[in-house]
Amino acid sequence: MSDITKRSLTELVESIKNKKLSSSEVTKAFIERSEKSRVLNAFITEDFTSALDKAKKFDQKPNLNLKLPGIPMAVKDLFCTKNVKTTAGSKILNNFVPTYESTVTENIWSEGAILLGKLNCDEFAMGSSNETSFFGNVQNPIDKNLVPGGSSGGSASAVAAQLTPITIGTDTGGSIRQPASFTGTVGLKPTYGSCSRYGIVAFASSLDQAGPMAQNVKDCALLQEVISSFDTKDSTSIDFKRSHYSKDLTNNIKGKKIGIPKEYRVDGMPKEIEDLWQKGIEYVRDCGAEIINISLPHTSYALPTYYIVAPAEASSNLARYDGVKYGYRANGENLIDMYEKTRSEGFGAEVQRRIMIGTYVLSSGYYDAYYLKAQKVRRLIKNDFDEAYKKVDAILTPSTPSAAFKIGEKTNDPVSMYLNDIFTVPVNLAGLPGISIPAGHDTKGYPLGLQIIGKAFDEQNILNIAYAMEEKINFKNKITDWWIK
Amino acid sequence: MSKKDLKYLINRKDNQYEVVIGLEVHAQVLSESKLFSTSATKFGAEPNTQVSLVDAAFPGMLPVINEFCVKQAIKTGIGLNAKINKRSVFDRKNYFYADLPQGYQISQFKDPIVGEGKVILDMPNGQKEVGIERLHLEQDAGKSIHDLDPQNTFVDLNRSGVALMEIVSKPDLRSPDEVNAYIKKLRSIMRYLGTCDGNMQEGSLRADVNVSVRPKGSKEFGTRCEIKNVNSIKFMQMAIEYEANRQVDLIEEGKTIDQETRLFDTKKNETRSMRSKEDAHDYRYFPDPDLLPLEVSEKFIEELKNDIPELPDDKKKRFIEEFKLSSYEANILVSDIDTAKYFEEVVAKMGKNKDIKLAVNWITGELFAVLNSKGLEISQSPVSAKNFAILINLIKNGTISGKIAKTVFELMIDGDKDPQKIVEEKGLKQQSDPKALEALIDKIINDNREKAIEYKQGKEKLFGFFVGQAMKVSGGKANPQLINEILKKKL
Repeated sequence: MSDITKRSLTELVESIKNKKLSSSEVTKAFIERSEKSRVLNAFITEDFTSALDKAKKFDQKPNLNLKLPGIPMAVKDLFCTKNVKTTAGSKILNNFVPTYESTVTENIWSEGAILLGKLNCDEFAMGSSNETSFFGNVQNPIDKNLVPGGSSGGSASAVAAQLTPITIGTDTGGSIRQPASFTGTVGLKPTYGSCSRYGIVAFASSLDQAGPMAQNVKDCALLQEVISSFDTKDSTSIDFKRSHYSKDLTNNIKGKKIGIPKEYRVDGMPKEIEDLWQKGIEYVRDCGAEIINISLPHTSYALPTYYIVAPAEASSNLARYDGVKYGYRANGENLIDMYEKTRSEGFGAEVQRRIMIGTYVLSSGYYDAYYLKAQKVRRLIKNDFDEAYKKVDAILTPSTPSAAFKIGEKTNDPVSMYLNDIFTVPVNLAGLPGISIPAGHDTKGYPLGLQIIGKAFDEQNILNIAYAMEEKINFKNKITDWWIK
Repeated sequence: MSKKDLKYLINRKDNQYEVVIGLEVHAQVLSESKLFSTSATKFGAEPNTQVSLVDAAFPGMLPVINEFCVKQAIKTGIGLNAKINKRSVFDRKNYFYADLPQGYQISQFKDPIVGEGKVILDMPNGQKEVGIERLHLEQDAGKSIHDLDPQNTFVDLNRSGVALMEIVSKPDLRSPDEVNAYIKKLRSIMRYLGTCDGNMQEGSLRADVNVSVRPKGSKEFGTRCEIKNVNSIKFMQMAIEYEANRQVDLIEEGKTIDQETRLFDTKKNETRSMRSKEDAHDYRYFPDPDLLPLEVSEKFIEELKNDIPELPDDKKKRFIEEFKLSSYEANILVSDIDTAKYFEEVVAKMGKNKDIKLAVNWITGELFAVLNSKGLEISQSPVSAKNFAILINLIKNGTISGKIAKTVFELMIDGDKDPQKIVEEKGLKQQSDPKALEALIDKIINDNREKAIEYKQGKEKLFGFFVGQAMKVSGGKANPQLINEILKKKL
């Protein structure tokens, strides 16, 4: 049974459809492995008993026409799940049990999947190493005391360690792609408006987007097909014609024009990243695609722009956690005192830092210099991409400027931590889709990822390119199960 | 009286001051559901029974604009002769309060849905135009209840998220009377449009009042104070009067006025400082990233324009032209939509040979008196427009006299009875047969020969005596006009 968890989603779906495996067997296998893997701290909430019940129920009356028939999966704890505690990695929501379901998870359950539990993440998705979670660090299964990236660190770790066949994360500035890169997994951030934000704990509303994380591109495509839908409950959801991402998946990318932006060659980038990128370029060329050098001139402004826009929205989005209606409440002498105590005890340091930055940049007298200017730069960044896409079909870059780092290595240096998102952030600011695929290893044997950025709504194209590259790269994750005694 | 004499001024020993007033009226949009959620908006429901997850700001909940409320705002804009903005933006106004679940109010800051417009007031000294600066849509907050418990504050979120229109006037108002007329006019227009019920007791209409004073003749504005959340016209007038005098006193004492937000204490009849300009909130407005800019097409606006009913100003004009009413009469009839409706129904039911003046007199006289004494709105009138029209026609065609009509009217009130039937059942039909009346008068003259002689000798006062006798003998049913004619002839 132990090999069940090694299988890809596509294989598991096939096994269940062929009745070679039951949902109960699959579910049990992932639960057993998860129970042996608590050292990784990937779960905030385990929902194993309920998962087994649901698997049994599925097996009694299996609907094999569904896309995820009886497939167990854990999800990032930023998605509200009905009757299952949803914390967003924060003390302030430690006792919060939603009475409702997010649209994205609803889409997943209605295709037959079964909730295994809720996965650890940076508090309110603010972080790049999963170290800001109130529920503690997550271990990267690649190596001991290595961060899995963030904010979807629990998700990345769980997929890499095979505690869940697939998962979903959210990506505001790189929170799916960077941890995917750090753990040797595949992560897609869809076009803004592709997946409904309804029922996802908000970080920065104009940037947040849910997306699939998987062991391979095909699984990723299938999950994207399930979670992407037009939703009238989210005013920013977009009604466009969605492809059958997994069915239409092809490795034929002959003649595709792939852009290489010179501005992504940043100062101090390790040689191994540069080499990886070169290798990536060769792979795409091998697949018959054409390489074109392009320029995205405002790239260097993306990170500062992001660190104005995202905290500004967050400072307002997080105002609702005030101890009045739900969640953590500290006792206070009066209303103001209660607010202050609740919010200083309930939020961690990074969240407080970003609320303060956000409050500052929106303050009267500073609004024009910061928030308004950032919005203008954001427009310029988007224009850069629009210009580039007149010449190319997709853009290839590294996913991150380095491989995974050690736990605690960057916690005292927020700016160095923020630099992790330097290649991913522009994509969110422009609302574009981007996928990270594992493409090699650094000298320590840690995985490194490459990012393919697409035109808006062109997920199919970047999935195809990723699929073709995946075949050439033939990446193997080096996981030793070091945490299992 | 000349216009000058009517000017509202505050007098001190050597100086006269003019008062400058601008209003920010908060009008609750008449709508079944809230601005960004599907919860009900019914007034007076049990606390916290009309609250959705969106209204209570649960994690991951998102606002979705209610198209009906947008239509209501645009219609109101049209009613205010205002520019409708095809693109408007919802912003977040950030502040913490227990009855503000999101920690921000969704409002419109830089780009409101409605721009500049105007309303016309009918003042005793003529018409006055008041400029509208803007109208924007925003969410109402919940309600904090402080007096249920000595230690705790209770929060009712039923109102949280209800759609409000904030209508901002230009600083064009100059007296409490103008404020009275302005609020009534706004209310009237919105009730005609069906966009706000204007019910001030229920808080559907309330206002922040900006008051400043300046020496008479000065062109510059003084420093203003904002009196928050005043919920009746009477209180607005009292607050303005107090506040203007307070400011004048400060100036007279050589002091300056601080720009601040004040509250009106209705019990003490005074305003007092709530917060100074320095303590003013920094609301950190920014466009709500959960909502896209609101864009409406020309066609959408045109369709709403076609939907606009005849508004008070046009109706008044028509009443004057069509029914030859005085401006005063027309004003009374059009100011409230239900009165206008009643009047127009009466006119329609009266048929061809109608006496509109008589109907107007009876509506503003007898009917209003009954409504007043019973504390009823005209929409709850115990006498239907149809029966009212029949009554007027009975007077007009001489079936009953005006005096008898009053008796009939009183009988109609109980159960909206048909006046025709009352007249028949009670035998109240006016005697208009000249021969019968002549016989009746002959008899009276015969019975009162001495008085008849005195009359003929010049004691003209006695004419009234004979009329009275005729009415008495006929049981009030004799046609008074005929009686007069016959008496004159016979005496």
